[in-house]
Amino acid sequence: MENIKRVSTELTFQDKFQSTLVRWGVGRMVHKIDPGIYAVNNPTKDSPVFVSANYKLSFDALRKELKGIDAFIMVIDTKGINVWCAAGKGTFGTDEIVNRIEKTKLKEIVSHRKIILPQLGAPGTSAHELQKKSGFQVVYGPVRASDIPAFLKVGMKVTPQMREVTFNLSDRIHLIPMELVAAAKYVLVVIFAFYMISILTGKTDAGVRAAINVLLAYFAGAVLGPIMLPRLPGKSFSMKGFFVGLIVVGASCSFNWIGRGPAEIFSWMLMMPAISSMILMNFTGASTYASPSGVQKEMRIAVPLQLAAIGFGLFLWLIERLFGV
Amino acid sequence: MREQEYLKNVVTLKLDQKKCTGCRRCVEVCPHNVFDIKNKKAKIVDKNACMECGACEKNCPAKAIEVKAGVGCAAAMVTGFLRGTAPTCDCSGDSGSCCS
Repeated sequence: MENIKRVSTELTFQDKFQSTLVRWGVGRMVHKIDPGIYAVNNPTKDSPVFVSANYKLSFDALRKELKGIDAFIMVIDTKGINVWCAAGKGTFGTDEIVNRIEKTKLKEIVSHRKIILPQLGAPGTSAHELQKKSGFQVVYGPVRASDIPAFLKVGMKVTPQMREVTFNLSDRIHLIPMELVAAAKYVLVVIFAFYMISILTGKTDAGVRAAINVLLAYFAGAVLGPIMLPRLPGKSFSMKGFFVGLIVVGASCSFNWIGRGPAEIFSWMLMMPAISSMILMNFTGASTYASPSGVQKEMRIAVPLQLAAIGFGLFLWLIERLFGV
Repeated sequence: MREQEYLKNVVTLKLDQKKCTGCRRCVEVCPHNVFDIKNKKAKIVDKNACMECGACEKNCPAKAIEVKAGVGCAAAMVTGFLRGTAPTCDCSGDSGSCCS
């Protein structure tokens, strides 16, 4: 046990600060955890072995729940990606775990032949193949690390609640930063284009209104949408995004930012819900319940409508700019 | 029962009960409690809750489950469409909302 790195169950201020940065998409790859075995508290040859990804948030979420528990953590190389996404790509997978068991000489570190995998690693891992190849039996632990103490207490049993992935308000709020970051560059380019055209056609105020309306649609799709998700009408994300876009159209109208002439007003009424619909449709990827078949189905209907609304809206907006309708 | 519900009757999940040995793995790995064991055989009890993650298929030693697994991510599908590849969320970069 001497040469095994020890790791604390307490997260430091620095850990929390780094995690916040990672949530905003900053330095995701810098804060990778080195693959290998880590000791938590004072593990012996009989202590349980938890497998984790080398993504900072995954590793921290696990170790902070192991207070007072003697255990080993085997960090595998998922290229700095979290458990679930890595499992989807196969990097959190059977072969990597089998190799890591060999490389770390896990068989010499523990006397039992059991490893605990996070349940969300299952899309990439085949428990029976892993056992065949490594000799280790797989126990799937709970989805949330916070259920680990309860899971251990009852002899490694998982209740249906522990197995179910949620997508509650707090889960969704944590994802908002990445939604904002992901769409930011497109939003900036679009605003810049509207603004330049407005200046070139001699009316800066139309450019200011464009910036406000695009930002409102962005806010609707990336912030309001995720927060209000279950309350918005429709089942598809694009439909929900359309409705949340109508809310900001209403806001823009009431503040008199929507436009001056009928063409400009109508153009934003078309474009704003389309933009927020596109952005919220992207949230399918962050959600924990959208099936690829479902996403495909909604996109087949929504994308042509979104593009048509933006195309026609843009046409009206340019007509207003060029001919002052 | 569920707070969130996605589109109905679209998922590709299939279970061949004849092959099922009742080992419970599918029940253990499913993040949406789609399966249950009835009379020592797995049964799909909530098909519309399936998100096609593929965990059940991958962990079924009897090969009784089939599902077209993939990432349910619009951005991934656009990327895949533009590159002419399978949907990919390109998590290897510094961005990608599906990997938050």
